[in-house]
Amino acid sequence: MPKINMVQAINMALLQEMEKDDRVILLGEDIGVNGGVFRVTDGLYDKFGPQRVLDTPLAESAIAGFSIGMAIFGLRPVCEMQFSGFSYFAFHQMEAHASRMRGRSQGRYSVPMVLRAPYGGGVRALEHHSESREIYWAHTPGLKMVIPSSPRTARALMISAIRDPDPVIFYEPKALYRAFREEVPEEEETFPIGSSRIALEGDDITLISYGASLRWTLEAASELQAEDGIKCEVIDLLSLSPLDDELFIESVKKTGRAVVVHEAGCSYGAGAEVVARIVQGAFLYLEAPVRRATGFDIVIPLYQREQDYLPGVRRIKGAVRETLAF
Amino acid sequence: MPIKEIDLPYRVQYLSVLDREGEIDKSLDPQLSEELLVKLYRTMLLARRFDERMLILQRQGKIGTFAPLKGQEAQIGAAAALSPEDWIVPSFRETGVEIWRGRPMERILLAYSGYNEGGLMPDGLNLLPVSVPVGSHMFHAVGIGYGLKYSGQKALAATFFGDGATSEGDFHEAMNFASVYRTPVIFICQNNQWAISVPRSKQTHSKTLAQKALAYDMPGLQVDGNDVLAVYSAARDAAERARKGDGPTLIEMLTYRMSMHTTADDPKKYRSEEEVKEWEKRDPITRFEKYLVGKQILDDRKMQPIVEEIKAEIGSAEGRWLEIVEGEIDPLSMFDNAYAELTPTLLAQREMLRREISGEREAGSREKKP
Repeated sequence: MPKINMVQAINMALLQEMEKDDRVILLGEDIGVNGGVFRVTDGLYDKFGPQRVLDTPLAESAIAGFSIGMAIFGLRPVCEMQFSGFSYFAFHQMEAHASRMRGRSQGRYSVPMVLRAPYGGGVRALEHHSESREIYWAHTPGLKMVIPSSPRTARALMISAIRDPDPVIFYEPKALYRAFREEVPEEEETFPIGSSRIALEGDDITLISYGASLRWTLEAASELQAEDGIKCEVIDLLSLSPLDDELFIESVKKTGRAVVVHEAGCSYGAGAEVVARIVQGAFLYLEAPVRRATGFDIVIPLYQREQDYLPGVRRIKGAVRETLAF
Repeated sequence: MPIKEIDLPYRVQYLSVLDREGEIDKSLDPQLSEELLVKLYRTMLLARRFDERMLILQRQGKIGTFAPLKGQEAQIGAAAALSPEDWIVPSFRETGVEIWRGRPMERILLAYSGYNEGGLMPDGLNLLPVSVPVGSHMFHAVGIGYGLKYSGQKALAATFFGDGATSEGDFHEAMNFASVYRTPVIFICQNNQWAISVPRSKQTHSKTLAQKALAYDMPGLQVDGNDVLAVYSAARDAAERARKGDGPTLIEMLTYRMSMHTTADDPKKYRSEEEVKEWEKRDPITRFEKYLVGKQILDDRKMQPIVEEIKAEIGSAEGRWLEIVEGEIDPLSMFDNAYAELTPTLLAQREMLRREISGEREAGSREKKP
């Protein structure tokens, strides 16, 4: 199996699905000739041509709305928002139409599209290039929202997203794009949307995260094991909507303690939903209040202070120790 | 019923004052004072040198990503045609305009080196901070224009954006509002031919961008955007119209992004070196310099101090930038300006960060920031 990074893994998924299904169309700003600003679509324009890889005019709302029309017609558009920070132009189309078309038409029309967007901090970028606002999408009924955490999960989730009968928002943690390589099998591999996975097994405490912050969570877990012999169980959510609560509830029943980690601001973040489900599903097993290690409720600062904003290893370890000390 | 032609009195003019050799069309000479001509030239050169310096700093890792200005310095002509009470609503490639208006270069460096403090403008500058989401900010000029009109001020708002922005719905909505409310606004489109990798010809099939004004019954004209005198003249006329209460104008500056979209971009992937070389022949600074030399306003003897002053000015801005950075910039300031008053939740979060940082300092695990 070749070892590849997340950019290559998503490229591989797109390539494989395009080869397999000629309804799959890619569109977005600078995704064709330029291969995307992060090179995720590199080589696909040369291989499939301008009818299937569209360098669109600069208009995010149009890209989303145009994709909705294609999807209603029966194509399988995968559109790119160059950065999630510019996707709010498209939010209206996704909220008002993509998410509602199945219900509005009573099942006659559906919108099987994927909206891809790099998100998140940690890459020393300009304003609007570092936010983590996945919850806008996850909170919208009718949309699915997934975030991979590694090359292999990215490849598998992308294939599942393209084949999903409903609109899927696919956030790509750009801090992980080239952060590490992983073996990804050539043969097809999918991952069911709405399922989570155990990234690390342990008995002392359950850490729940996704995306780039899963990586920091695993680093924190490894340090806690080395420093204090604390065995963390780490759950990788992968899907925020639908949310798989079975796996983490079972885990919390085993450990009795939990910390939720995400780089998005704390209030009304994904952590709030996870905590609520834990309280509902494992209340009598809890031995300590469930904590959240997250970003703050402010716009992520420019790059000099983004590491102080993000829930790095320091903040995660602090939350774990406090939870264990309760 | 026969098909009838609807007679619309629309034409799009193209304005050029200096040709590529710096020869002036005397009938179009905006008749600027020698002092203003030299100031224009000096600021264009300063903007070019500052841009070059920032590119070096970026390549050395001392500042982060930014959008180079190179080739678009004639934008300063538009800023020069405005009065200090006029507002400027920029996009992200208006470093020349910002310098003309008085944004301190150390603040620009501060912003691009990742400090939010870089966004602070001096009091009363009537200059909004850089706006990154393409096309989204033009509304604000229209709103400010409405405010100026409402309060009876004889001032206007000028907003800058690129060719790519004209594809955004927001551009059309802003133009429509400006027209409907007849606000004193100048829409200045810097058509630099490339929206990252997408050429102007693939951005829209309209022959010009200027003609998009006609749909809103607003004058639209195209100017040689590498001709600072043409840009100045067009902006001055538009400003006059705005002040008289005749509403908005769209100016399309035909120019060229000689450098990359941002320092994270590699234009070799999508455009030819020949094209860049062709545009280098139309360099706005060289052309203006030829004109000023021909007019005997500039010569080597007068150039020397200008070049030296510019160098010193950039040097001292860098000095002030480093002074601010090396002085205490409190990381907790990330919470400043979240709201007029911090909420209880934010106060608690700030306290949590303060404890984290002091814990790290005690443990000696915190690096000193550059």
